[in-house]
Amino acid sequence: MLDTLLEPFAFEFFRNGLWAALMVGALCGMIGVFIVLRGMSYIGHGLSHAAFGGAVLGYTLNVNFYLGAVIVAFVAALLIHQLSKDGKIKSDAAIGIVTTAIFALGVALISRVRQFTQSFEAALFGNILGVTTTDLWVIAAVLTVAAVGLLLFYRPLLFSTFDRDAAAVFGIPTERLQMGFSLVLALAIIASMNIVGVTMIAAALIIPASTARLLSDSFSAMLIISTLLGALLGVSGLYASYHFDAASGATIVLFGAAAFLVALIYTRIRERLTMHEHLHYHGDVAHAHPHTHDGEHAHTHDGPLTPAKGRTGGTTALADAKYEKLP
Amino acid sequence: MVTPLIELRDVSVGYRHRPVFTHLSLSIDEGRFAGIVGPTGSGKTTLLNTVLGTVRPHAGEVLIGGRPLGRSRPGEVGYVPQLETVDWSFPVTVEQVILMGLYVNRRRLPWPSREERRRVAQIAEELGISTCLSHHIRNISGGQQQRAFLARALINHPRLLVLDEPTSGVDIKTQHDVLHLLHQLNRQGITILLTTHDLNAVAAHLPWVICFNQGVIAEGPPREVFTPEVLSRTYGGELAVFDHQGHLLIAHATTGS
Ligand SMILES: Nc1ncnc2c1ncn2[C@@H]1O[C@H](COP(=O)(O)OP(=O)(O)OP(=O)(O)O)[C@@H](O)[C@H]1O
Ligand SMILES: [Mg+2]
Repeated sequence: MLDTLLEPFAFEFFRNGLWAALMVGALCGMIGVFIVLRGMSYIGHGLSHAAFGGAVLGYTLNVNFYLGAVIVAFVAALLIHQLSKDGKIKSDAAIGIVTTAIFALGVALISRVRQFTQSFEAALFGNILGVTTTDLWVIAAVLTVAAVGLLLFYRPLLFSTFDRDAAAVFGIPTERLQMGFSLVLALAIIASMNIVGVTMIAAALIIPASTARLLSDSFSAMLIISTLLGALLGVSGLYASYHFDAASGATIVLFGAAAFLVALIYTRIRERLTMHEHLHYHGDVAHAHPHTHDGEHAHTHDGPLTPAKGRTGGTTALADAKYEKLP
Repeated sequence: MVTPLIELRDVSVGYRHRPVFTHLSLSIDEGRFAGIVGPTGSGKTTLLNTVLGTVRPHAGEVLIGGRPLGRSRPGEVGYVPQLETVDWSFPVTVEQVILMGLYVNRRRLPWPSREERRRVAQIAEELGISTCLSHHIRNISGGQQQRAFLARALINHPRLLVLDEPTSGVDIKTQHDVLHLLHQLNRQGITILLTTHDLNAVAAHLPWVICFNQGVIAEGPPREVFTPEVLSRTYGGELAVFDHQGHLLIAHATTGS
């Protein structure tokens, strides 16, 4: 029994894959927080496809695979930002146009020169079992850059993610920050491409952050949970994929979806159990709505509980009750 | 002598070559409490953004305290965004929102220093929101939300406070409270510039009004500025002005007849 469980660790390709999944999971989990909170979830999907197009282009032009992918993904991110800036073209449309066009270019190039179709299949669907030591170093370098960048620019990043316009007024260089973030995102996507696959990167970016958002109402906690969860999902997904003999990227994403579902059910049940509805007070504000009593909605139950204007508690009483001054 | 704190000299602003206003000259004296009114799309927010430096003019000069924009002390200009534009589901507490005001100081470490926490606690105390510092921004009342963002702007002791529609999205009682609070701040020497759609609130609370529609139509104390003639030039339609027991009331002319 134990032998079966430990069996994969005997293989170097598996150990390499595990390290890669751990680092890529953490990296995507960390960066995903900013993407999810900005409402740009589609960007990971788009940029990974652009990066694929860039990789093919690079290969065709005899440039380094990584280099072509990074440059093209970064340029795509800047293009999307410029296109969607004045609001006429929404960012989801901009992502769709720019990245699909570049992806299409890659596909067109592949179909012309058929002999390297095989090697790009790994990039599309992820082939964690082919991870080389060079890949590991690249991933570790990107993870380090992202983590150090996050630590150094935590404050301006938080502010400009929350409210970009106000951040600019408070002297935060939002444009430069956006460029820096796009570059790190492009790097992260390239680092993840061979592990989870172009088609799965979007989920690797979004699932841990969304799950963390369900579990926490604090930005810093969300960052920590998302990073750890990403790493955990990467490792466990990869390990399971060995035993199920399934594609590693897909297994990691399925594990993520399951984790999200569990978190969703957990939060719903917790709300059901602790939620109740009655008129209550915060300082001089009185109102009624379904709420829980943990942390931020704490209030005492002593004091007058007579609803304003003779209504019983309930959300309908909200409008009348909210600004009644209490004796 | 009163010196202008804000000075716009022959400023033209537009988006993508579509001008919002051209050749605008406007100066606002230090110590003013001024409200900009005008119809939707008349360029009020654009004017504020020009003063704040987030919209760059095609031509002309913007001076704050006699210095060109961008050369002022960080935090010298405080800004309170329109509440409707805030992402209320974003995972931050009231304390963290106020702390953002201190990000102008370029401390690198993510967590706040003891001194920073002390300053947040102090400003929260002054604005009466100490009890909700640890609350998520979604879970406090509209008035408290308004004060949280006011605290973020005030924590740097600004000379100028700019607010975009502080009276919208909150009920009439909160509106009154906010304007009252702004009055107190103004008495402490802070110059205030805000936009609003509520002419009656301006008439009741603000000592100075600027009627704006792609340019300054008129400015001065509401009692002098709010005439049917000026209002019709600002808004296009007919507006009636009543004097109700010493209070100025503005209404649609049609509703009066
Ligand atoms: N970011 C932008 N890009 C392009 N056009 C814009 C932008 N912001 C505003 N405009 C246009 O500039 C004009 C002035 O807009 P502005 O928001 O300044 O008006 P406003 O007086 O604040 O209106 P409201 O009372 O509705 O807030 C409008 O025609 C608007 O469509
Ligand atoms: Mg506006």
